[in-house]
Amino acid sequence: MAQIFHRSTNFIARFSLFSAIFLAGLALTGILALARSPYFTRQNISREQPVQFSHKHHVGDDGIDCRFCHTSVENSATAGIPPTKTCMNCHSVLFNNAGYLEPVRESFRTDQSIQWVKVHRLGDFAYFNHSIHVSKGVGCSTCHGAVNQMPLIFQANTLLMQWCLDCHRNPEAVLRPLDQVYNMDWKAPDDQAKIGHDFAVERKIRSTVELTSCSTCHR
Amino acid sequence: MSDHEHKYGIVRSGFASTNPEDPDNHPPTAEERELREYPLDIAAANAKAKSGTGKQYWRSIEELAGDPHFEDLLHREFPRAASEWDESVDRRGFLKLLGASMALAGMAGCGRPPEQHIVPYVKQPDGLILGKPQQYATVMPFGADAVGVLVESHEGRPTKIEGNPDHPSSLGATDAFAQAAILDLYDPDRAKTPTEAGDIRTWAMFQQAAQDLATAQKSVNGAGMRILTGTITSPVLAAQIEYVLKFFPQAKWHQWEPAISDGAREGAKLAFGRYVNTVCRVEKANVILSLDADFMANGPGHTRYMKDFYKRRNLTGPNDEMNRLYAVEPTPSVTGSAADHRLPLRASEIELFARAIAAKLDLGGSATLSKDAERFADAVAKDLQKNRGASLVVAGEQQSAEVHALAHVINAALGNAGATVYYTEPVEANPVNHAESLHELAADIHKSKVDLLLILGGNPVYDAPRDWAFSEFEQKLKKVHTVVHVSSHYNETSEFSRWHIPETHFLETWGDARAFDGTYSVIQPLIAPLYQARSAFEVLAAFTDKPGVTSYDALREHVKTVLGAGDAEKNWRKSLNDGLVAGTALAPLPVSAKFSPASLPPAKAHNADEFEFIFRPDPTIYDGRFANNGWLQELAKPITKITWDNAALVSPVTAQKLGIGRTIASRGGEHGQVRSSVVDIELSNGKVSAAAWVVPGQADGVVVLPLGYGRKNAGETGTNKGFNAYAVRGSNALWATTGGKVTVTNDEYPIACTQFHHNVEGRKIVSSASLEEYKKNPNFAHEKDETPPNGLTLYQNFEELGYYKHYKWAMAIDLTKCNGCNACVVACQSENNIPVVGKDQVMRGREMHWIRIDRYYESGLETEKDDDSEIPALANPPTYFQPVPCQQCENAPCEQVCPVGATTHSAEGLNDMVYNRCIGTRYCSNNCPYKVRRFNFLRFQDWETPSLKLMRNPEVTVRSRGVMEKCTYCVQRINNVRIESEKDNGGVGREIRDGEIVTACEQACPSEAIVFGNANDPNSRVSKLREKVNPRAYNMLGELNARPRTTYLGAVRNLNSDLEKA
Repeated sequence: MAQIFHRSTNFIARFSLFSAIFLAGLALTGILALARSPYFTRQNISREQPVQFSHKHHVGDDGIDCRFCHTSVENSATAGIPPTKTCMNCHSVLFNNAGYLEPVRESFRTDQSIQWVKVHRLGDFAYFNHSIHVSKGVGCSTCHGAVNQMPLIFQANTLLMQWCLDCHRNPEAVLRPLDQVYNMDWKAPDDQAKIGHDFAVERKIRSTVELTSCSTCHR
Repeated sequence: MSDHEHKYGIVRSGFASTNPEDPDNHPPTAEERELREYPLDIAAANAKAKSGTGKQYWRSIEELAGDPHFEDLLHREFPRAASEWDESVDRRGFLKLLGASMALAGMAGCGRPPEQHIVPYVKQPDGLILGKPQQYATVMPFGADAVGVLVESHEGRPTKIEGNPDHPSSLGATDAFAQAAILDLYDPDRAKTPTEAGDIRTWAMFQQAAQDLATAQKSVNGAGMRILTGTITSPVLAAQIEYVLKFFPQAKWHQWEPAISDGAREGAKLAFGRYVNTVCRVEKANVILSLDADFMANGPGHTRYMKDFYKRRNLTGPNDEMNRLYAVEPTPSVTGSAADHRLPLRASEIELFARAIAAKLDLGGSATLSKDAERFADAVAKDLQKNRGASLVVAGEQQSAEVHALAHVINAALGNAGATVYYTEPVEANPVNHAESLHELAADIHKSKVDLLLILGGNPVYDAPRDWAFSEFEQKLKKVHTVVHVSSHYNETSEFSRWHIPETHFLETWGDARAFDGTYSVIQPLIAPLYQARSAFEVLAAFTDKPGVTSYDALREHVKTVLGAGDAEKNWRKSLNDGLVAGTALAPLPVSAKFSPASLPPAKAHNADEFEFIFRPDPTIYDGRFANNGWLQELAKPITKITWDNAALVSPVTAQKLGIGRTIASRGGEHGQVRSSVVDIELSNGKVSAAAWVVPGQADGVVVLPLGYGRKNAGETGTNKGFNAYAVRGSNALWATTGGKVTVTNDEYPIACTQFHHNVEGRKIVSSASLEEYKKNPNFAHEKDETPPNGLTLYQNFEELGYYKHYKWAMAIDLTKCNGCNACVVACQSENNIPVVGKDQVMRGREMHWIRIDRYYESGLETEKDDDSEIPALANPPTYFQPVPCQQCENAPCEQVCPVGATTHSAEGLNDMVYNRCIGTRYCSNNCPYKVRRFNFLRFQDWETPSLKLMRNPEVTVRSRGVMEKCTYCVQRINNVRIESEKDNGGVGREIRDGEIVTACEQACPSEAIVFGNANDPNSRVSKLREKVNPRAYNMLGELNARPRTTYLGAVRNLNSDLEKA
């Protein structure tokens, strides 16, 4: 029987087979890369808020401590978004006619909450606890970045599980003196490996198997 | 509701289908008949038990009979027809679905998650730390009791109810009802606004209408006004009723509580000449006789009594002593199953038994008993004599006044009064004979004397006796010009009422109540009323000259009289903080029983061939008030393990005589649905069809009709479930009657019974011994189990990998202390956001409870050989309960087979379940020897209903379809305590103290049967209860070498040697 296909089609067949595998691999890589891209993690993306609140102004320029507003950071899983009352403590006197603060005043007048857009969004299946991190010496800026330089807050890190595990496997790299936890400008000293290790021993930081057990974060 | 949803019984998941035309409510199809596997064969079971040597433990009669068909059913990996599609899908249809779901899944995965918003407070309440739950003390009023509870609140949402350790009726524990009360609060079927003849009205409109009605009544001094309530122990509400009665001098107050008998009240009158409240000090009694008294599961103070009872059953070693409980009862109860000796007697024979005991104690009178009962009574009387001043006789809620009076006299004669039992002024604000009270009201209505009837709570159209009251009462209510009904749901009675006012839940209102010992307790709201609901107090106020007065105002006013001297505001704050006013328990009354058993008229002869029908409140939905509570509906009843239904309970002998059977049908066996014979029951007051159910240990000739089911308008969950026993209940026989007829029909009814689920056939699961045996052989629990040496495994050695260094969580469950009360099951459900799946899904073996309680019967005992009854093995088998949560194995079989690492070992030895990794292969559950893993076959959780969202515990993931879940040892509680301990000492941390972590089941357990702690700490409570330390401790299926962290302690019964052998 005569051949239906020319010999050259062998090449085309092989080529298409290989390229199919290659394309599938590429697509998979692409999807995985996309899932890790800022498009999905929203890393480094500022959001429009009902009030264009500037951490740069309040923290950087005015030097207000994180805990002034995020009151429960030392006690609770959540750091806490301040109630309108906290804003009004100052802004009933300062800039009390400023137009862009009207949503704040309105909230206080009408007893309706300001609806902030959530910036740091962890999966609902991860149970992060702020208080344990700050009391063991993990500083705010380690995760949140240099908040004192952000006119509008954005997420400085990916918040992916791998990023969490980087620290949980090696907490020594980020542990600070406890009085530096809220210091936005703290930089790891050259001997961080040593002092980090000392802090870990002193503060009885749990072992890697303990810190990376699933139920440490998932329940 | 789509067809698909209907099919799977999910209406709003979390609540099951209430459609009476449920796919499984139809008679079996021809195909199902063919698939039928195994009919009940009582005789075979009996023969098997007789031929068996030594102790056997079994769950169902089918299992005991050991028919090869039944075993075949168990051995099937996939039960017959399990994998069949309910609706056929052809290949093309299947491929279409497949393609569409692929495409849609891809699309859904591509989008970014939508933005979320953070909504902070405008003004944050003082003392609130965001993200930290707070606990508030309050009480749950329940019958003539108030259960002290602490309620967990997350930013103003009450989410979990726990016991209040400072409150006498709780001492930190709760029952299943209190645990489930939180679901009642968020029940989406609650009535939401006041209505007048079905039209929505405002509260102000009602107030106006009430004033108009009041003016009309005022002109006749309230002659046409009646108030109907349940039992009221609230002094504030009682004072308000008194105020109304003063305002309308000729108005009358009636009371009706369907599940509490007048026996206790009238018995007190008979014995003491007046109403008194009986308070037991169970912990002081060495010997207790229960005369049909389910005092650990029913009636005022039952949680406390259970706690006290088990305080005397702390077996740390073979030299410890135990109290002893004798129970005489017609049908197995929680209390009776826990008894050391139990005698099944017909309800009418209980009085004879009490008379016999009195006679044997030389108190006069006499009674003739059967041979068995005589021997039992002899032994009991001797034991009571031996323990004068340290014994206790308790009469049952459903027993007659005579039995109560006899109990009082016997207690007095034994010197128990003042020692193990004392009497106080009544806790009820106005003790009356409820049956007479309701009768009087019905008569007045009949005579058209009533123009205005206020029904405060309750549901008389449904639950009043049929003959004189509310069956006609439906008709009668129409005679009343205006009926005002206050209730949480728009129910059967509301339909006949002109006005319906939604009633506040106890977590929404201010109020007060007296506990079983009289302790004055304060009800404080945890949340503003979710709907336009009002308390009974406020509805009453609307009819007075002070219509605007609130419960809070009245409470503050009243509490001044209770608080005593000192800083009033401070005392008030303290009582709010404590949930009670200390030192307000009622003082013992110096009353003495003046009643001679000899004065009783001769006992009525009863015909043993006649059926005796007895009415009992249902063990999970009580008198019907919890009918719409999905948690309680799906809770397996302690003894029968039936869910979603009630059934007419009969003994095996009676079943055999009548030809009552049951069939484990197509989706049978382990994943089983059971089809049970339907019987027609005809009593003088009516006729009802009911599914029959065979209960070993029930007295022959007795038919138990559990109340509370067959509701016609309970809400989406509770309507049309089971049969309505009230339909045949007459005023002449509220609790027991004879002379009825039982006809077995050819119909069958599907029952969702979990006793066939999760069967671990034939292996040594339960261990038991008598106290004597235990003293002789402290290692009785170990006879057969052979846990291999530690190194003998191919599994990873976690210890070498640095696991278990710090904490090693473990749980010990003492089978001596478990009576199957179910509090732990509901507590777990509430704490861990466990969904309700519905009857249809339970019949497919898909119930989701993380902790189940297996009920085992024991046979092969010496005593059986002397038993006269026709089927000794089933006549009165000792009963054991075994709570089974995840065993948290060290060599966990589940972990080895998960292809995606969704279940892994934690450093502290928990088998972590990671929902976001789980892809639903179910390999883990197939490989679990303990059958504790639960799979979300469908999206059982309700994600839409707003009110249910408020209820969820934010500390626990709400699981979706397709993931496996199981007990986590309450890992959220472990983590929270661990974080707190590590933050201590300026970030240096400290060890977690023993008892600092309390799992939800442990917290709820009244008998303290469950202990959780760190097995690495040799001084922790749990370490002392673990194997090799405590001889009674054993591993379930130890020979598998799974090394479970949950250990069991063998059950010990304190048998009387006089009764042990004839």
